[in-house]
Amino acid sequence: MAEAHPVGFQWVMEARKRGAKVFHVDPRFTRTSAVVDSYLPIRAGTDIALLGGVVRYILENELDFREYVLAYTNAATIVSEQFVDTEDLDGLFSGYNSETGSYDQTSWQYEGQERNSGGDDTGKERDTAAGLEHESHGASVRGRTRRDETLQHPRCVYQILRRHFSRYTPEMVERVCGIPQERFLELARAWTENSGRERTGALVYSVGWTQHSVGVQYIRTGAIIQTLLGNMGRPGGGILALRGHASIQGSTDIPTLFNLLPGYLPMPHHADHETFDDWVRSIRHPGQKGFWGHSRAFAASLLKAYWGDAATPDNDFGYGYLPRMTGDHGTYQQVLNMIDGKVKGYFLLGQNPAVGSAHGKAQRLGMANLDWLVVRDLFLIESATFWKNSPEVDTGEIVPQECRTEVFFLPAASHVEKEGTFTQTQRLLQWREKAVDPPGDARSELWFFYHLGRKLREKLAGSPHRRDRALLDLAWDYPTHGDLAEPSAEAVLREINGYDTASGRPLSAFTEARDDGSTAIGCWIYTGVYADGVNQAARRKSRHEQDWVAAEWGWAWPANRRTLYNRASADPQGRPWSERKRYVWWDPEKAEWTGYDVPDFERTKPPTYRPPEDASGPDGIAGDDPFVMQSDGKAWLYAPSGVLDGPLPTHYEPAESPMRNPMYGQQANPARKVYEHPVNLMNPSPPEAHSDVFPYVFTVSRLTEHHTAGGMSRTVRPLAELQPEMFVEVSPELAAEAGLAHLGWAHLVTGRSVIEAKVLVTDRLTPLRVDGRIIHQLWLPYHFGTEGLVTGDSANDLFGITLDPNVLIQESKVGTCHVRPGRRPTGPALLDLVADYRRRAGMSLDRRTPVATTDAAGGGTDERSPEASPVEKRGEDA
Amino acid sequence: MGLRTFIQGWPVYRQLTGTDPLGRGTAAQSARSATLTARTETADSVARSVCPYCAVGCGQRVFVTDGRVTQIEGDPDSPISRGRLCPKGSASKSLVTSPLRQTTVRYRRPYATEWEDLDLETAVDMIADRILAAREETWEDVDDAGRPLNRTLGISSLGGATLDNEENYLIKKLFTAMGALQIENQARI
Amino acid sequence: MPDANSLYGPLDPAPDAGWTDARARMGFFTDTSVCIGCKACEVACKEWNDVPGSGLDLLGMSYDNTGALTANSWRHVAFVEQPRPAGHRTPPFAGLPTAATVSAASAAVAAGTADDTGTDPGLPPGDPVAAARMAAGPEFLGMPGAQPPGRATGPAERTDFRWLMMSDVCKHCTHAACLDVCPTGSLFRTEFGTVVVQEDICNGCGYCISACPYGVIDQRRGDGRAWKCTLCYDRLGAGQTPACAQACPTESIQYGPLDELRERAAERVATLHERGVPEAQLYGHDPADGVGGDGAFFLLLDSPEVYGLPPDPVVTTRDLPAMWKRAGLAALAMAAAAVAAFVGGSS
Repeated sequence: MAEAHPVGFQWVMEARKRGAKVFHVDPRFTRTSAVVDSYLPIRAGTDIALLGGVVRYILENELDFREYVLAYTNAATIVSEQFVDTEDLDGLFSGYNSETGSYDQTSWQYEGQERNSGGDDTGKERDTAAGLEHESHGASVRGRTRRDETLQHPRCVYQILRRHFSRYTPEMVERVCGIPQERFLELARAWTENSGRERTGALVYSVGWTQHSVGVQYIRTGAIIQTLLGNMGRPGGGILALRGHASIQGSTDIPTLFNLLPGYLPMPHHADHETFDDWVRSIRHPGQKGFWGHSRAFAASLLKAYWGDAATPDNDFGYGYLPRMTGDHGTYQQVLNMIDGKVKGYFLLGQNPAVGSAHGKAQRLGMANLDWLVVRDLFLIESATFWKNSPEVDTGEIVPQECRTEVFFLPAASHVEKEGTFTQTQRLLQWREKAVDPPGDARSELWFFYHLGRKLREKLAGSPHRRDRALLDLAWDYPTHGDLAEPSAEAVLREINGYDTASGRPLSAFTEARDDGSTAIGCWIYTGVYADGVNQAARRKSRHEQDWVAAEWGWAWPANRRTLYNRASADPQGRPWSERKRYVWWDPEKAEWTGYDVPDFERTKPPTYRPPEDASGPDGIAGDDPFVMQSDGKAWLYAPSGVLDGPLPTHYEPAESPMRNPMYGQQANPARKVYEHPVNLMNPSPPEAHSDVFPYVFTVSRLTEHHTAGGMSRTVRPLAELQPEMFVEVSPELAAEAGLAHLGWAHLVTGRSVIEAKVLVTDRLTPLRVDGRIIHQLWLPYHFGTEGLVTGDSANDLFGITLDPNVLIQESKVGTCHVRPGRRPTGPALLDLVADYRRRAGMSLDRRTPVATTDAAGGGTDERSPEASPVEKRGEDA
Repeated sequence: MGLRTFIQGWPVYRQLTGTDPLGRGTAAQSARSATLTARTETADSVARSVCPYCAVGCGQRVFVTDGRVTQIEGDPDSPISRGRLCPKGSASKSLVTSPLRQTTVRYRRPYATEWEDLDLETAVDMIADRILAAREETWEDVDDAGRPLNRTLGISSLGGATLDNEENYLIKKLFTAMGALQIENQARI
Repeated sequence: MPDANSLYGPLDPAPDAGWTDARARMGFFTDTSVCIGCKACEVACKEWNDVPGSGLDLLGMSYDNTGALTANSWRHVAFVEQPRPAGHRTPPFAGLPTAATVSAASAAVAAGTADDTGTDPGLPPGDPVAAARMAAGPEFLGMPGAQPPGRATGPAERTDFRWLMMSDVCKHCTHAACLDVCPTGSLFRTEFGTVVVQEDICNGCGYCISACPYGVIDQRRGDGRAWKCTLCYDRLGAGQTPACAQACPTESIQYGPLDELRERAAERVATLHERGVPEAQLYGHDPADGVGGDGAFFLLLDSPEVYGLPPDPVVTTRDLPAMWKRAGLAALAMAAAAVAAFVGGSS
């Protein structure tokens, strides 16, 4: 956190000054480690084993915050008797289909709901990254659930959790993660001691956590701990994601993502959502409790904002205009399609995939096989110049005279040359004022897309084609101003906020949304940002003039609420858990919820409210159910649906690992997304043969002095000079083993690529003893590329493409490699070197990446093979 | 400047006649030093902005003189950052004024080995034509079962996450209306 | 009138420099115990003061690629990796399959690898032994790289580790030798008690450079003039905080009236001592030291040498009065002798 979010880290330092104990877990000793109380080195890719160890420690010692857990979580809920855990299936859950590599979730449901919810075939949900829809709400559960408030029922969530995590002992943590037991216990003790009415603990992660084939389950494990300890919805608690880009939260809320529409509404699927009603039903789940019940109004209002007068109840608000998904259309699938010649044109808008995405070579080869490419950026980044300056030009794989891609580089306006809002990592929207005009041809994206749309509509005017109606009917008249005819960002923000279509009055809350066409809302979760016609995101009341919650600085979604689920900061009766942890509470005098923050609860629903038997929507949420966007009002320790790779987190090895999974027969996430493509060969992992060709673990992350793919830092002198060269950090032990010298050169080889870097031999890296052997880890920054003031090879070139099944994010925080002293070869010799490694590792083009681990895939070295393969067992259960 | 003023401005004169006989303070202060003031004090305007790097969302104040950014520093009023900035945020002025910034359109013809110049208006027009051509070539009206698809898989987009919400909104709206489905951003990375 | 301590000993320097309306003496207290080595100070300084680039050089001295305070780097963050316990914290590598430390050896390799910074003297020529001492701490006795295996100092397994970071800056001494020797009056004492080079006066004679006991002030080649931290004199005049202190995310760099800072620093040291960090010590805070105390002083977690700071700096002009006295006596004696000769001659 000190390394990549230094200014956010001031609050950790404040907490430390007040006596908080801070632990830092990281494969390498960073600038954060330097100032915390305890640093734990960890083998990259084993966080579930560590956190699972903490879950076990809590449960075995009954250190959970029982009052909170009983009232606010699904710990007491009884799960279907069809459910079979990884404990019994050697690393697989019931419902696994080895053909598709995905789960049928029927058996994971709560008892009595086996046919009500969950996906029969989650392969489709994986392809459409359906997990992302849950950013604003949980998955569906209907009706009442059976509970055992004594937590003794063998199939209640609490007991299932106990059994599931029983093997995550301190010994196992040490064996898997390489963290000595004493160090683990120090962490577990400190974490659990800060729990209860008087105390809380916070979990902070940076989004490298998401870049794993089990990324979502990492965060789930953290959520289980924080829920068991009663740390959610309370001040000083929570799970804080440190996202890495100024408006990365905003670009998920108002997504430019293939599978989402604004406000986490799903992009329609051709088979499931043929009609507007199909689509809405799939979002709303009739009968479901919670606030998601209003989704028809949100959906209709979005379409109304898109197609204006042309969107009417009679034509389902233009639902027929929406493009449909048929499967995986994510960025990595697109890149492979580019290589295969299926994509004509590509826009890169302030993004540099040649350096920033996994498998840089695939990215560049894809770009070299387009009809046209549009790059909009401040600088001539690597993704704009790949055809003349890239590793593939050196090796002869891209020859400028033979590369047909037509490239348009359009200079972009910087953040001070346009106005608009960023949504920062805690959902806070902050409006930026424009300081100066953009120079020369530089323009904002707002300008480019508005005028591009205007031109397209002009060119299509009078078109007889049905396909052009969606463009021609689009509500696309935004006021412009100034010499450049810049569209008004405030007008767009007003549309995002939503308005009454008859009067034009901006809406104040998403509860005003209607499904009859009387409201238009661009992004329902942002409704209120323009309440009363005032740009609430532009509020800048000084922190000196308001309390510590600072509710009048910017505007947070939803409803300017700063802490989600803050009803949980009060006990079931609505009283603060403790005076010092006071945040939101029930005021019996006024009969309403009140506090420092906007209560995340219906204002006048008393703690004693109990829903009628058949209640749905918000009415179905009881007065002591704080998790109002969950369909049962409870925090989910166990996820009966919504998570595609299991209702509980399970330790799997990374897709590339030098280790056999010490915990289960199943080696890696059996539901991960794998792309079989000639360009995307994965290094072998046990039990496959030849994993010893790539014996080392490497991981990449950021330096304080640089930003992501370097486009905004390698081009800026005062930053470039602070970290002027690509380097690799190695421990003294690895340096001795591999013959690496401080400040000498080394090159790293994987089945995709070879890159070179200067060597820093440092005590900050350490070997780990894992399952009886020594594992060496290397660390690299991923900021370097071939353009800018400082250049160097790109670490992301080393990775292949394997994705988390829930959100289709790539595993680019851990891989296996070999390292050798000296510089890498150049020209065709470089390809020969990689080819030689591939040959030795058995990475032929006809090899299939093993997904479900079977002995047949093994090289015969594994001695812990289960007596029967888990896949066969699955057959019995399914 | 009269002779008297000139002499009085002479450091040695000041040293011999003033309170600073050793000539290390008041007597040595130059005219420039005496009138020095922070350029933020004399700026024509100040814009309240937000740092463009990570997602902490630190407040920035952007000082402008004669239409140029002369300083970007932390906004002390911000409850998030309390006026502080990391090295990247502190380098924001150098980012937006970097001599490496590209300010004209560059165009690379198929099979060319060098960039060419291109007029912005023409570039946007050419891009519009290529979008329409790609749609025409790759349009999918319905699936095998006759269910609507309304899309093209011939166009892709990958956006950074330093774009404004308003920009993302228009991008998604326009691409969706043109049937371009393969619209992604950094959040997938 | 000049104080008796004008050249040595405790002094409030601004009134002594003729500022009848002197302001409270302002300075920096840099608390290295909360420094996270982010280098925001280096960048914020360069942005405000338009300081040129200082070279694109990977130095390999941990994360320090700036190397030293130079004419082109007025803030410099030093990074020190040491196989030593970090205060009360748990040994980070206890129980791991580690061998001997490499901190000293890497520092020794890194020393002196810098390219030309375009300034004089720029980065001081690297001294591998000094660098190694910096890395290993004061107990280090020799060149680890030259040790045969198994005979390295210290235990064969490293368990303890700490990573010290410190943002260094001009000390704005009470008795500033740079100022005292400046023949042009370019260096002067401001009303805030700080020491500033006036770029419109400096003629690049370079006397100040050899006078500085900390090796801070440096000359920019091509330009010829001497440059260093001004404690953002222009911002101070406008009642603003210097750029580095304003940017510092963790309040490692604190700016304010020196008296208040000294009080705050004393409290902080006491707190750290209570919390089991006995090595916490102040540096440059003492008005009775060889430079009359620094306007920019530090809380360190090891001896000053470890951070590359001189342990006992003395203003190089300390002996000026004595020298003047002696020179004066000599002159008098000479005159007397001349007179005597004359008188004698006439007698």
